[in-house]
Amino acid sequence: MITTLLEPFQFPFMVDAMIVGIAVGAVCSVLSCYLVLKGWSLMGDAISHAVLPGIVIAHAIGLPLALGAFASGLFCAVATGYIKANSRVKEDTVMGVVFTGLFAFGLVIFTKVKSDLHLDHILFGNILGLAPGDLRDTLIVAGFTLGVILFLRRDLLLYCFDPGHARTIGLSTAFLHYLLLSFLAVTIVVSLKAVGIILVIAMLVTPGCIAYLLTDRFNLMLLIAAASAMGSSFFGVYLSFFINASTGACIVLLQAAVFLAALVFAPKHGLWAARRQRRLVSTETPAKERGSF
Amino acid sequence: MNPVSTEMSVCVSDVTASYPNGNVALRAASFALEGGAICALVGVNGSGKSTLFKAIMGLLKPTAGTVTIAGRPVKAALKENLVAYVPQSEEVDWSFPVSVWDVVLMGRYGYMNFMRTPRAEDRRIAEESLVRVGMLEFRERQIGELSGGQRKRVFLARALAQRGRVILLDEPFTGVDVNTETAIIALLRELRAAGHIILVSTHNLGSVPEFCDHVVLINRTVLAAGPIAEVFTEENLQRTFGGALRHFRFDESTVQNHDGRAVTLLTDDERPLVFGKGGHVEYSKRAEHAEILKKRTEREGDD
Repeated sequence: MITTLLEPFQFPFMVDAMIVGIAVGAVCSVLSCYLVLKGWSLMGDAISHAVLPGIVIAHAIGLPLALGAFASGLFCAVATGYIKANSRVKEDTVMGVVFTGLFAFGLVIFTKVKSDLHLDHILFGNILGLAPGDLRDTLIVAGFTLGVILFLRRDLLLYCFDPGHARTIGLSTAFLHYLLLSFLAVTIVVSLKAVGIILVIAMLVTPGCIAYLLTDRFNLMLLIAAASAMGSSFFGVYLSFFINASTGACIVLLQAAVFLAALVFAPKHGLWAARRQRRLVSTETPAKERGSF
Repeated sequence: MNPVSTEMSVCVSDVTASYPNGNVALRAASFALEGGAICALVGVNGSGKSTLFKAIMGLLKPTAGTVTIAGRPVKAALKENLVAYVPQSEEVDWSFPVSVWDVVLMGRYGYMNFMRTPRAEDRRIAEESLVRVGMLEFRERQIGELSGGQRKRVFLARALAQRGRVILLDEPFTGVDVNTETAIIALLRELRAAGHIILVSTHNLGSVPEFCDHVVLINRTVLAAGPIAEVFTEENLQRTFGGALRHFRFDESTVQNHDGRAVTLLTDDERPLVFGKGGHVEYSKRAEHAEILKKRTEREGDD
């Protein structure tokens, strides 16, 4: 029994996958708190799709894939901002057009460029097949990004909460805006190997959402988001070993399960609590008022 | 570091501001203010009030003209924490996971290090500011758990903590109870006495003469600016609001026994509710309420 439960840890690729999953979970979850509060969930979706043409082009001309992904992800965000500012179309609509366009462009050049890239690895990740050096690269980039975000966490929070005030105390809101966008692009690039383009959206939204339901304090929100994401990564990799399912999907599925639990059972903002609150209000109403009709 | 001794001033000269879509929101707007003053910015929605605010806060760069604060360009003034901003309630996300204390500390960020770690001094000033608006006991509350008036007080406390000498308030009395309104006005008067410049954007005309000493009338440009007594006239307000003001002329209304001199009551987007001398509701069109007038005359006859 015990030997069966410990079996996954005997394979180096499993242990590597767990470490990478946890690192990616940590950085995505911290960023997701900002995205949820800023209302940028769709921005994560957009950038993650938009990295595809960058990856393919970088591969074709022999540049590091991460560099191409970062450039085309950021291009998507900047282009969206530019079109929104200079046309009558609303931001979410512009984003929908820009990222699907870039994604489609990526798909077309993917079929034209002969390569050893696997489309399903880009789309869904390949955390169990990490190349030597991947583990180290991921840890360095994730650690650095996480460090900078935590270092500037109060400025970024103020930018999300009240950009007007941020400006009046002399902070550059444009700088904070592009900083947050760059972090988003870097984080997506870091997460690609683990969960892929499609599932990274969940990593960037769900943990922040879970934490938002559970607390009214930002620091606690960061901790809860990180804990739920890292926990889901660890158990997701572990679980996938036994049920022989896609590892990225297992991680995301666990996060969704935690979200559901938080949605129902959150002590203050959950469905259960809301219902109890309603019942409490109705029993407090004097009986004669209730029975009057 | 401490600018209290210096004379405060705001000077807006020939400011034209347009948005990237080419829409010119404000054209050649000019006015100047010396501290201490409480100045109302009055105009309809879309008249350029918030654009002018944004220009003073450095959120929007004028396409022409200049804004100076205490003789410095806006950017330099912001670095010195001279400008504080109290946002409109609708602009704030009240479900944001921050407490009253967090918000007031944000007023001190400009004085803190890179990490924004509060020092003892910052905590003391934040606490003092909360005491001044009577909100210290609520410091641990999440901001959404406060009433409309309490929410406004928290953001005022943040402006106090920032030690801003030019304070911009956007529609400060919307959704605010009478007690808070009185408290805010008293506080603004204290700040004026200390030499601050308070700029209040409002469309609540009735409150303007109550607590402001200066007014700037805006409709895509500055139509008139100066002391209330000179500028806040019926004629200027008609120009500012065009046809947007609703009228209640007493001599055309159901108000009776007027002595021939016309008294006009102005309001911009809410109809005035007028009670007559006997405590009854008055209507603006006399002709439509002939039967009420008849009843009243009969009743007076009974007495």
